[in-house]
Amino acid sequence: MNLILFIFIVLLGFTSYYFGRKKAYTIQSTKKRLTALPQFYGYYLAIWCAIPAFIIFSLWAIFEPTIVKLLILSDYSNQGYLDDELNLIYEKTKALSRGQFTGEITPFIDASAEKYLSLRSIAQSSKVVIVLSAIIASVAYAYKRISSNSRTREPVEKFLNAVLFTASLAAILTTVGIVFSLIFQTIDFFKVIPLFDFVFGTHWYPAKAFVRDSSEALDPTMYSDTFGAVPIFAGTFFIAFIAMCVAIPIGLMSGIYLAEYASAKVRQYAKPLIEILAGIPTVVYGFFAALTVGPFLKELGTSMGLEVSAESALAAGGVMGIMIIPFISSLSDDVITSVPQSLRDGSYAMGATKSETIKRVIFPAALPGIVGSILLGVSRAIGETMIVVMASGLAANLTLNPLESTSTITAQIVVILIGDQAFGDPKTQAAFALGMSLFLVTLCLNIVALRVVKKYREKYE
Amino acid sequence: MIKIKAKDVDVFYGKKQALFNISLDIEEKQVTALIGPSGCGKSTFLRCLNRMNDVIDICSVKGEILINDFNINDKSCDVVRLREKIGMVFQKPNPFPKTLYENVSYGPTIHGMAQSKQEMDEIVETSLKKAALWEEVKDRLHEPGTGLSGGQQQRLCIARAISVRPEVILMDEPCSALDPIATAQIEELIDELKKEHTIIIVTHSMAQAARVSQNTGFFHLGQLIEHGSTDKIFKNPDNKKTQDYITGRFG
Repeated sequence: MNLILFIFIVLLGFTSYYFGRKKAYTIQSTKKRLTALPQFYGYYLAIWCAIPAFIIFSLWAIFEPTIVKLLILSDYSNQGYLDDELNLIYEKTKALSRGQFTGEITPFIDASAEKYLSLRSIAQSSKVVIVLSAIIASVAYAYKRISSNSRTREPVEKFLNAVLFTASLAAILTTVGIVFSLIFQTIDFFKVIPLFDFVFGTHWYPAKAFVRDSSEALDPTMYSDTFGAVPIFAGTFFIAFIAMCVAIPIGLMSGIYLAEYASAKVRQYAKPLIEILAGIPTVVYGFFAALTVGPFLKELGTSMGLEVSAESALAAGGVMGIMIIPFISSLSDDVITSVPQSLRDGSYAMGATKSETIKRVIFPAALPGIVGSILLGVSRAIGETMIVVMASGLAANLTLNPLESTSTITAQIVVILIGDQAFGDPKTQAAFALGMSLFLVTLCLNIVALRVVKKYREKYE
Repeated sequence: MIKIKAKDVDVFYGKKQALFNISLDIEEKQVTALIGPSGCGKSTFLRCLNRMNDVIDICSVKGEILINDFNINDKSCDVVRLREKIGMVFQKPNPFPKTLYENVSYGPTIHGMAQSKQEMDEIVETSLKKAALWEEVKDRLHEPGTGLSGGQQQRLCIARAISVRPEVILMDEPCSALDPIATAQIEELIDELKKEHTIIIVTHSMAQAARVSQNTGFFHLGQLIEHGSTDKIFKNPDNKKTQDYITGRFG
C-alpha cells in the first residue's frame, strides 16, 4: 500500500514537472519574458509536490505507532497493570494481528487485535487522503505562482542547497554519533577498570572475564591483571612496523620508477596492475599469510635451526606490507608526477643526471606528499584486522621477536566480540576502550598526514 | 667568430616534423634573437642546442649542431658536460623549492666545482652579483627561492645558470611572465652578460629583439626564413614574410 502510494507520488512529481514546463512554454508563447529557463518552472512544481508528501510521511512514521499504542492500551488503563505488562500486552496484540502469536489467545487480546487492525486501516486510508490533498493544495498554489510568472530559479536553487546540506549533515552526524557511543562505553569501562591498569598493565587476558557468571555481582578486583593493554599496543605497533619496513622501500621505489623512469607504455600497464593489489580483499591476504607465508617461514626457520611459530608477527606484518605497497606506490607516484615539469627541466638544463635530479630536486619537493602517503599507509597498517586475526594468532604476547606470535588491538576486538556479548559487561566494554584508542591513534595520524599534504599543496598554488 | 654552427637540423615529434632543414650560425659573445609566431619552432630549435629535447620521449633530432666545432648530436657527446657549457633560462621562472643559496650552488655542487665552503660562497656571491640580485638578497640567502618576486626569481634562475660559467646561455622567452620594469632589468642584464657569454634568446616581443640583439633569425612554420644582423632584418629584410611579420601584418 505504502509502496503504491509512493510510486503514485513520484509519478505525480514527474507530471507536475511536465506541466510546470509546459506552462512556461505557454507563457513564453505570449511573448512574455520568462524569469528562468522553462525547466525551473517544472522543478519548482515538482518540489512543491515532493515537500508536503515528504513531511507528512515522516510525521506519520513518527506519530502513528505511538497514537495507535495509546488507543489500544487505553482499554487496559484502569486495570492496574504495570508499564512492562502493558508493553507485553501491546506486543502480543501486534503479534496476533500479524498472525504470528503462539501463546494462549484471551478474548481481551483478541478484541485488541481486532481494534489494532481497524485502527491501522483507518490510519492508512486517512494518510492517503491527507497526503493527496496536501499535494493537490500545494501544487495548486505553486501552479498559481508560476502562472503569474513569479521567480522560480531562486527557490529551486535554495532547495538544492538544502538537500545537499542535509546529506552532508547526515554524514557528519553519524560519525559524531559513533564517536560518542565509543566515548560513553569507554567511560563506563574505565569506571570498572582503572585507566592506569589499562594503559600500563602488561597482562592481557580477557578470557578470564568469560568465566564470570553474569548473576554474580561485579567484583572489580577479579579484573586486575586482565585488561593490561601494553602487550596489544606493542603488538600493534610492532606488526605495523614490520609492515612498513616492507611497504615503504618497495612502494617508494616502485612509485619513483613509475613516475620518473617507466616509459609511457610500461606505466600504462604497470600502474593498473599495482593498483589491482589494492583491490584484493584483506581476507584473501589473510589466508595467504596464514596458509602460505606462515608455514613457509616456519619451514625456512626450522631448516636454519630457528624456532618459528606458524603464526608469526613476521608473516602477518610482511603480508600486510605487501597489501600497503600499492597505496604508497600509487600515492607517491601521484605526488612525484605533480612536481612541475619546469623543475625537472631546470635541473636537467644545469647538467644534472636523472638520479641527481630525483635525489636533489624532485624528492625534496615531493617529500611532504610522500610523508603524507606513508602516514596514511601506517594508519591502514594499524587498523588492519583480518590478516592479523588469521596469521598472527590471538594470544597477546609481549614480545619483540618477529618469529613469535603476537596480537593487535583490532584482533583483540574481534576476539572479544565474537559470539554472545553482554552489554554493560567489562569484557564487551573493553572492546570499546580498544576501539577508542585505535580511533585516537589513526585520527592523529590522519590529521598529521592531511596537514603535511596540505602544506605541500600550498607550495605550488 | 662563430660559436655554434647548425647544419640541416630536422626535428620530429613522433611523425610530425617540427623543424625543417635549419642551418644557422651563431656569433660568439653576441646576442642572437630568434623571433617568429607561436608554434614556429624557435623554442624547439633552442632546446636542440643543449639537447633538452632528449627529455621528451617522442622527440628526435637529425642533422649536425657544432659547438666549438664539436657535433653535440654525436654519440660521443657527454650531455652532462654539454649542459654545463650551455646554460638555460626558461619562460616561467623555475627556482627549485630550496633556499636562494642552494639554488645557486646547485650547479657547482653537481659538477664538483667548489672544493670548500668558502669557494662555494664565492661562486654564489659572484653569480648573484652578475645577475644583479646580490644587493637585494644578500641578507636572506637562506630563505626559500620561491618567496621572491617574479622578476627576482628570473634573475635567480639566471644566477643559477651562470654559476657554472657556461659559454652559452639559452633564454626561452625569459621576460614573458614579467612586468615591464622587471623586463627592463633583465634586458639590461643580458647586455651585461654578453661580454662573457654567447646568448641566444627566443622572444615574442620584436621590440625586445631589436633592443637586445645583434643578430636575428626569423622562424615561420618550422623553417628559418631569414637570418642576419638585427639592423638588416628590421630595416631591410630580404624576404616578404619577414617584412610582413616585422611590420605586424601577421603572427
